[in-house]
Amino acid sequence: MSVTAQHVAGISRPRFALDVEHVREDFPILTQRIHGKPLVYLDNAATTQKPRAVIEAEQRFYLRDNSNIHRGVHELSDRATNAYEEARDKVRRFLNAQESREIIFVRGTTEAINLVAQTLGRARTGAGDEILISAMEHHSNIVPWQILCEEKGARLRVAPINDRGELILEEFLKLLGPRTRLVSVVHISNVLGTINPVKAIVEAAHRLGIPVLVDGAQAAPHQRVDVQDLDCDFYAFSGHKIYGPTGVGVLYGKAKLLEAMPPYQGGGDMISSVTFEKTTYNTLPYKFEAGTPNVAGVVGLGAAIDYISEIGLERIAAYEVELLADATEKLSRVPGLRIIGTAREKAAVISFVMDGLHPHDVGTVLDQEGIAVRTGHHCAQPLMDRFKVPATTRASFALYNTRQEVDALVEGLNKVREVLG
Amino acid sequence: MSDLRALYQEVILDHSKRPRNFRALQDSNRHAEGYNPLCGDRITLYVKLDEDRIADIGFQGSGCAISTASASLLTETLKGKTTTEAEELFGKFHDLVTGKANGDASLGKLAVFSGVSEFPVRVKCATLAWHTLKSALEGGEKPVTTE
Repeated sequence: MSVTAQHVAGISRPRFALDVEHVREDFPILTQRIHGKPLVYLDNAATTQKPRAVIEAEQRFYLRDNSNIHRGVHELSDRATNAYEEARDKVRRFLNAQESREIIFVRGTTEAINLVAQTLGRARTGAGDEILISAMEHHSNIVPWQILCEEKGARLRVAPINDRGELILEEFLKLLGPRTRLVSVVHISNVLGTINPVKAIVEAAHRLGIPVLVDGAQAAPHQRVDVQDLDCDFYAFSGHKIYGPTGVGVLYGKAKLLEAMPPYQGGGDMISSVTFEKTTYNTLPYKFEAGTPNVAGVVGLGAAIDYISEIGLERIAAYEVELLADATEKLSRVPGLRIIGTAREKAAVISFVMDGLHPHDVGTVLDQEGIAVRTGHHCAQPLMDRFKVPATTRASFALYNTRQEVDALVEGLNKVREVLG
Repeated sequence: MSDLRALYQEVILDHSKRPRNFRALQDSNRHAEGYNPLCGDRITLYVKLDEDRIADIGFQGSGCAISTASASLLTETLKGKTTTEAEELFGKFHDLVTGKANGDASLGKLAVFSGVSEFPVRVKCATLAWHTLKSALEGGEKPVTTE
């Protein structure tokens, strides 16, 4: 099995383990019952639940500080602007970026990737050029590049994966070439849980002068991300997957690249002067933040970062690795169950199929047991084709999940067999 | 649990595991494809129309228990029926699975799908084959999708 005791032991252990019962008290939504059973929320790769600190930060903003940001002379505008820019600095620290102006607020990972495709991508890609991705990408890291390639007559290259769901690094390296304009690769797969060797990918691409975008939607909640250590050129993640609000996300970009890139959307806040003859664009990061942003969402994201930072990413990662090992072991013993994605480096996401049963039916029965899982193609249809399955059932874990919930999942799957035969 | 038993009745489980008329018709003169992006269900429906009568009907594809059983029971029910009768049955079936009506005797075995009305997200699974049939009878050039 992919997750072994050695792996658990290999993690640098924080001095105090995560107190999950204490953590659960911070999430009001978790106390409810679904169809008469305690809610077991295992759909965290889709979106995470929000701690009270995040809900209250947004509420406090609307109750007390709400105003539009920047250029306001009044007190509320000043407070809103400060709150917004403080959140930007929290994100900078969270990613260990060098400067706050390298942090662009967007709607989510999808918009961050589209931003890069439509600016740097369009400016640098021509006919016959290539964009390189991997076979385990989410649709959001496939389709923006297809749109770009179609427009420019460029070619989308896809690095293959092995049967464990790991990127085949040597094949990936072979696909890097003089026509490669950009590499865009997922940090942690939303379906397989595979942790990609991003640092090695960046090193190889940089030897050829190729910039690298990392889709960090699934990585940001599970492990510490250090963009300077990874040396990636862009890093994207979503607020709602790290216990923050929906509708807000982040694009980190190296200042030098961002400065050279054309703007993404035109509008207010992204300009420094406008006449009908000539417009001068604003400096970073505002050049890429046209229009009124999701101010309350950004404030909520700042609160989410505070929340997980206080617990500690190392502590969260260590806890989740144990949970993953426990769940992998218990699920492997369920008759007729096959785990899809058995990478040696793996995060707390488990996709599986059951002999003779369709994931959608599995999901319906589990829901009646109060267990929320996701079923379907998980926005990764090419990956489903790769593993020759129409869909999978996916249980994805977060810092508030418990071993008892893993047991409930296993019992739920026994019930599935009982009902569906 | 009682809701689940009502959804996954024996007849439905039987048809999902051993679908009837699960084959491509060599002599079909109508066919259409249906796709449910929610669960990745795909079916192709083949119809041999003899003037206004469904002389033969079959399907292929993969899907969840509800959509497979629905396609299977659709083919069993409609063989020999006219297109008008098929349309009427679709109306009644739709009302049944969306909880708008309890259905009448003309539904026959299709009545086993009454439990679907307690599971609104599964209505699309139950109706995929029927939407595909409609498309096949109307010419069926574009694949049907439930989204």
